[in-house]
Amino acid sequence: MTDIAIVGAAQTPYQRCRDDANFAEMIYEVTCGALADAGLGISDIDNFITVSNDFWDGRTISSMAVQDACGSSFEGGRNVSTVEGDGTFGLLYGMMRILSGAYQTTLVVVHCKGSEGNMRQITNGMFDYIYTRPLGIEAIGAAALQARRYMDSYNITEEDFAHVSVKNRGNALRNPHAQLAAEMTVEEVMASKPIASPLKLHDLSPISDGAAAVILAHRNVADKLGRKPVWVKGIAHCSEAHFLGDRDLAEAPALRDASRRAYQMAGIKKPFAEIDVVELYDAFSYMEPLWLEELGFCPRGKGGELARLGATAFDGPVPVNPSGGVLSAHAVLVAGLARVIEAALQVRGEAGERQVEGPVEFALAHGINGPCGQSHCVVILGE
Amino acid sequence: MTTSPEEHIIYDGRIKMPYTWAAGKTSSYFLTQLRDYGRLWGTRCPDCAMVYMPPRKNCPRCVVTDTTWVELPPRGVLETFTVVHFSEPSLQPMEPPYIYGIVRLDGADTGLTHLVSEIEPNRLRSGMRMEAAFKKLEQRRGEITDLLYFRPEGGGRQ
Repeated sequence: MTDIAIVGAAQTPYQRCRDDANFAEMIYEVTCGALADAGLGISDIDNFITVSNDFWDGRTISSMAVQDACGSSFEGGRNVSTVEGDGTFGLLYGMMRILSGAYQTTLVVVHCKGSEGNMRQITNGMFDYIYTRPLGIEAIGAAALQARRYMDSYNITEEDFAHVSVKNRGNALRNPHAQLAAEMTVEEVMASKPIASPLKLHDLSPISDGAAAVILAHRNVADKLGRKPVWVKGIAHCSEAHFLGDRDLAEAPALRDASRRAYQMAGIKKPFAEIDVVELYDAFSYMEPLWLEELGFCPRGKGGELARLGATAFDGPVPVNPSGGVLSAHAVLVAGLARVIEAALQVRGEAGERQVEGPVEFALAHGINGPCGQSHCVVILGE
Repeated sequence: MTTSPEEHIIYDGRIKMPYTWAAGKTSSYFLTQLRDYGRLWGTRCPDCAMVYMPPRKNCPRCVVTDTTWVELPPRGVLETFTVVHFSEPSLQPMEPPYIYGIVRLDGADTGLTHLVSEIEPNRLRSGMRMEAAFKKLEQRRGEITDLLYFRPEGGGRQ
């Protein structure tokens, strides 16, 4: 349990190309949305975190280019600090700044327009320039190496992964923000265009534009605000080695560690029994079962069975990605904070058509950054 | 005030940013040995005995710096692979379909990500033995691509 609550949130709809708005205009959209959701004015915010990536924005110090839009640049220069990485890392940093004692409220904003750069060149740029980048490998090729390693280690099949795409794209039909929503069959996923074996087109998340914002408040003020607070019950962030070959890609020890730390803070002992809904970062279909194994929802190597047997279905015992997940909308960096927002809506009981059945005592949100999930942030939310 | 029809202007730009990256002492030794002799060197940690490929100045686990050089044979095991089908000519070293793999050289504890060739994609299996193919001496430039690719041990086929 922490002393920090989410008291406001907003996200844009996700689209392949938002040519009607620039980065700052998207940030303004979610800033206004989050303030309205919280019932607060801009002068109620005393700390700002902007999350962005210079390569995607095509400029240096991209994080400082959205200050006007999020309201941090006037009133004598309100405090602003920045993060490059997933939106969940911005959430954690925002919490830490409140817990320093210096601030009461924090607005965390994140944006990305995948449509405006070259996704493959940009993600090639995350690798080291001597040994890996000259090979031309990028996010999809690296993920394919991980998917193959995971399959071969535990006899998991491409069909197991296809069930995840079918589930999540189907769930997206209930989410007005989703970009890709469809009733699909496992056969359609299996027959989709080969991209990088074993991954096919429908195993991949789309390229998206979007933005999201969350307002955090300290316990001292959270209870006095109009909006019912959603408490951060546990949170942890861990990362692993830089070189792909240093890791056993069939495992994600950083996620294992982050989840155990977050569970301990929240007092969770049996995640499958105690967590009511999960929103995780499924940039590729194979990631959902792999991440669920490391989150302790099933034994190692059994992740492939979860979607196939319906355990993670919208009406199953632990709904996973009832929003449609990242497979249905993938504004990079934004997608982790979107998972937090979706989890918060589930705790509030305000997820609309995608609200899962029954009370939500604990909701888990998860963000990643780096190739093959190099770093992970796990967030446990509750009432 | 005059009016204009609504239009979304898209501004075309390009950033071209040259860099000269220092490889550092450890990688410089690795790259010159690769260029001049076609040899592959890893580093061994004096504390945990882990052998790293690519080599590191310090052991990332123990964070000690007195690592020692270990020559590794140009052979090892394919840990995972992918056949790339999509096309990105600005980036890719050859026309797709082509193959990436992670090969753990004999005696190393970590794998090297690289290209795989001289094999039909449907014959690829994790765990198969691979050997390194190098560029000819006069074509080597002190780059990781002086190691051309890995192929099945004992010679592959085109």
